[in-house]
Amino acid sequence: MQSSQKIARALSNKIHDTVGDREIKLMHVCGTHEAAIVKHGIRALLPENLNVIMGPGCPVCITPKSEIDAAMKLAEEGVTITTFGDLLRVPGSNGSLASTGKAKIVQSVSRAAEIAEHEETVFMAIGFETTAPTTASAILRHPPDNFSILCSHRLIPPAIKWLLERGEAKLNGLLLPGHVSTIIGVRPYEAFPVPQVIAGFEPLDVLYGLHMLVKQVVEGRATVENAYPRAVRYDGNVKALKMMNDVFNQVDAVWRGFPTISKSGLMLKDEFQQYDAVKKYGIRLKEGKPAKGCRCDELLRGLATPTDCPLFGKKCLPTSPIGPCMVSREGMCKIWFDAGIR
Amino acid sequence: MCLAIPAKIIKIDGHKAIADFGGLEQEILLDLVDAKENDYVLVHVGYAIQTIDEEEAKETIRLFNELAESTEE
Ligand code: SF4
Repeated sequence: MQSSQKIARALSNKIHDTVGDREIKLMHVCGTHEAAIVKHGIRALLPENLNVIMGPGCPVCITPKSEIDAAMKLAEEGVTITTFGDLLRVPGSNGSLASTGKAKIVQSVSRAAEIAEHEETVFMAIGFETTAPTTASAILRHPPDNFSILCSHRLIPPAIKWLLERGEAKLNGLLLPGHVSTIIGVRPYEAFPVPQVIAGFEPLDVLYGLHMLVKQVVEGRATVENAYPRAVRYDGNVKALKMMNDVFNQVDAVWRGFPTISKSGLMLKDEFQQYDAVKKYGIRLKEGKPAKGCRCDELLRGLATPTDCPLFGKKCLPTSPIGPCMVSREGMCKIWFDAGIR
Repeated sequence: MCLAIPAKIIKIDGHKAIADFGGLEQEILLDLVDAKENDYVLVHVGYAIQTIDEEEAKETIRLFNELAESTEE
């Protein structure tokens, strides 16, 4: 048995040898990958000419202001808003959900449905394909009439398609998100003509994924390789996918920092519309203005890093965040700030 | 958000189960997977989202070791 350090060093050496003096730019689309990369100092093990950037991999960060404003309006009208922790402190156009006093943090959608047994409750459903099936399964269990969802789920492959078609981030390859992929499998990525590797989240998983990815880039191949086979099967989680398909339709959706991305959002099917908060409360979504000087938009498209933002660590801090990337544990600004990067 | 943590299923009761997260036992929901007691699963926001393939896990470790050995001076 080799020690982890020894394996990490071996992988780092292989990456250096493979990359040589080429300039390579790779994107990952997962806050959990960024957290692992920063926490374990993985960038320091990579050659300087290998640039690994983060894209739109933070569900809290890409949730548009319009949807946060809608939840705040409902909270002000007395509805209990339930959601996952990080979203509560994201600034809307006028304060945050936390400031309404009507928002509750839940650990799972099933807890939100329990709360609805006692009070009018809206679950703000955020998250990518990893999370959307949990919402689908809660809906299929016929929660109480008091329960509805504001569906802010988003899908990763349509965002990747948009990024590749736009081409502005000039990517040589993609490190694909392991847990989104446990649900969707390998197939949805096969349409994209770039090198791609699905990677797990232990430091060695990330290094190994990067090693496979730079090999593909250098050898001029473009396929989808799975470096996380203990959790990702070719067809994904068929049961979870079926629940998602039974409950939701794919619709065009706005992401913060992006224009509308075709078929990148989810909406409850007609037979479940009693649980659709937008219909139930007649919500009209209105896009809010981005915070002045905040560069989250560019960050989410892989065009900037936190240290490019003049507000980073000065006016914008985790205790007084200006943009969502400084709020979420998966936001690049918060991850970098907490790690002491300035 | 997409954080998922491995846990071992201790006891199944309908669509719920008690799972062991490295010494800490917690209830999880099994709606999205077909799992049995003693299986390892990945848990995300209270739900098991996939079973962990132990053979593949061992294979990955073997591969890592091989990589390290092949670069030994
Ligand atoms: S540091 Fe703050 S203001 Fe700057 S991009 Fe990040 S969240 Fe926005």
